[in-house]
Amino acid sequence: MFESLSSRFTSAFSSLRSRGKLSNADIENTCAEIRQALLESDVALSVVENFVAQIREQSLAVLPTLQSGSNQGQAIFNIVNAALIEILGGSARRIRFAKNPPTVIMLAGLQGAGKTTLAGKLAKFYADQGNTPLLVASDLQRPNAVTQLQIVGESIGVPVFAPEPGNGVGDPVKVAKSGIDFAKSKLYNMVIVDTAGRLGIDDDLMKQAISIRDAVNPDEILFVVDAMIGQDAVRTSQAFLDGVGFDGVVLTKLDGDARGGAALSIASITKRPIMFASTGEKIGDFDIFYPDRMASRILGMGDVATLAEQAKKAFDGESSAKLEAKFASGEDFTLEDFLEQLQAMSKMGSMSKILGMLPGAGAMKKQIENFDESEIVRTKAIVQSMTPTERRDPKVLNGSRRARIALGSGRKVSDVNNLVDRFSAAQKMMKQVRNGAMPAGMGAMGLPTMPKGPAKAVVHKKKSKSGNPAKRAIEDGQ
Amino acid sequence: MSLFSKFIAKVRGTNDFSAADWHELEEELLLSDLGPTLTKTVLEQARKIKSENANEALSHILTSTLSSKDRSMLLGETTTVIMVVGVNGTGKTTSVAKLAANIKKSGKSVVMAAGDTFRAAAVEQLQTWGSQIGVEVVAGKTNGDPASVAFDATKRAKELNSDFLIIDTAGRLHNKNDLMAELEKVKRVVEKVFPINETLLVIDATTGQNGLQQAKIFTEAVQTTGIILTKLDGSARGGVALAIENEVDIPIKWIGTGESVNDFAPFEPTNYIQGLLS
Repeated sequence: MFESLSSRFTSAFSSLRSRGKLSNADIENTCAEIRQALLESDVALSVVENFVAQIREQSLAVLPTLQSGSNQGQAIFNIVNAALIEILGGSARRIRFAKNPPTVIMLAGLQGAGKTTLAGKLAKFYADQGNTPLLVASDLQRPNAVTQLQIVGESIGVPVFAPEPGNGVGDPVKVAKSGIDFAKSKLYNMVIVDTAGRLGIDDDLMKQAISIRDAVNPDEILFVVDAMIGQDAVRTSQAFLDGVGFDGVVLTKLDGDARGGAALSIASITKRPIMFASTGEKIGDFDIFYPDRMASRILGMGDVATLAEQAKKAFDGESSAKLEAKFASGEDFTLEDFLEQLQAMSKMGSMSKILGMLPGAGAMKKQIENFDESEIVRTKAIVQSMTPTERRDPKVLNGSRRARIALGSGRKVSDVNNLVDRFSAAQKMMKQVRNGAMPAGMGAMGLPTMPKGPAKAVVHKKKSKSGNPAKRAIEDGQ
Repeated sequence: MSLFSKFIAKVRGTNDFSAADWHELEEELLLSDLGPTLTKTVLEQARKIKSENANEALSHILTSTLSSKDRSMLLGETTTVIMVVGVNGTGKTTSVAKLAANIKKSGKSVVMAAGDTFRAAAVEQLQTWGSQIGVEVVAGKTNGDPASVAFDATKRAKELNSDFLIIDTAGRLHNKNDLMAELEKVKRVVEKVFPINETLLVIDATTGQNGLQQAKIFTEAVQTTGIILTKLDGSARGGVALAIENEVDIPIKWIGTGESVNDFAPFEPTNYIQGLLS
């Protein structure tokens, strides 16, 4: 997500940084570039104009105070970063739990924004934290919305209150109201009310949403909005704000390549925080929205915090502790460990998703998009075709063993050779690290619980070897 | 005086069109989701207008950005096969049902294939529509292979000698390569029996510039032949469709304007352009 916006920002700032002293004209140029980039990313026009005006004013004000010789481009960059975080809503906010349960959450939004799917994700998210949510099917409009919610509820093990069949039959207000009573009597501590999708300008349906709101008196009303929405974000979010009103925003379909302009527009116009982001089709593809992380991603600074968190989840404590102990005791990092790391990496998601979170990802967008995910599968196949002895000690790999491995993994002998060569290089590098010589560029990764060597080894592997001996020497020396 | 009549008065030389007015015109076009690139092109052309009939000239500029391709339905020799594709939540299933109802009304026979085996209750949603409009639905198992459902439906359409077959597909984001490959498979499998005559991409009128990307990638994968522009009854004007026609050269063929089965009509360029300017 946001790649395109971030690559535009990256290019705007790299030209700014390359200058020593900035003039007012430089600021004007940067502002024009930011304006174009934001418009292409579907940020609402009024928000763009305000944002650019604010950047221009602050930059021009700060420019005379900057000492020549200091990095002036960086100072401007900091202004933009701060402004972005401010628009996106400062720090992340969580759901406010009611003093007297159940906590009632009502969902509202346009048709097709993803409310029903989101209801399930939200329920799962809170059920995993030990809450007892109840889903209430108040979308009686769309054909089979009730069935959809029931199926979602069943798959995540969350009960669904659905007394009416839907498809135009039944009173959604009554369903919502009795859903709350049901939750109270059965001691559920959270109720999530799914409602029918409606257009911002449809008065009748907006009135119905208001009636539901008044009947259930929700603790949080969440406005669910598609990240791909265009300039209409302004009218629609304003209409919902004036109509039923809302306390927070949930962005859906953020796993697409939408440039995320909607996030900026809605947060800026409604002054309501974006609380959650939905990032995939699976029920677990859902997370709290972090404005600072999003700002740094838009600006091409990467999202190392999220990456570290995902790494923590994927690399289970035991195996990384084992690896760390091994590493510290001076034992060699073997292909067996490497295989384990590869498997953990694939648990973290696709390589392009991981790489996309690294700083500077905007600039290498093309390479990331073209990254061949099956390369990891192939590498795994080669290692898996080795015997335990071979994995522990690659030195025993003679010609006939290599031919057998190639046959077993369906790769060429040269692929096996390549892997073994690069692995030996990585192993050598690990020894250097242990002896205190940190290879360049590795310290910056700083991922907790992820042993640094293997991650680097995987990245290292992706490079093809140069045929030029001189070049190869440089590559190997890295 | 409205912005456009002001603009027209300027062209006639009876009024000044100030820099602020130009800015306002730019704003209007941007707010319609035309995108910064197309907006710039349109403005440049508008500055050159010298014709007496300025209203016509301005809508001529916008009309000229439309695709010149034929907007009528592409028909097959025996059974016309239409596949409906798009990202999640644009209204594919509803559009399939509306299109089927429209075809049935014209006296032709039609079969629908419930190819969205992924989203919970999508199959039931199409079946509910099917019984409402009296059209047969071929369905498989939830989470089954969409290609196999499509194939069964194709065989059924052949058996019934049906005039039309409309295949619903699961919503997919265009940047998910595996899901796009799945769509290509559906197409391959169906084409073992009948060629697919129309591949219609459903675009939500509220979509912004991302719609362009959707059109490009879906066209690359499954050769989109037309667009269904949905949710035009809202406050969005669907200007991104103009950007798509201009850049990717795919004609809009149908529009969806509401929840009822009759809120569906062939695309009318003149009305659409007027809607953008309103």
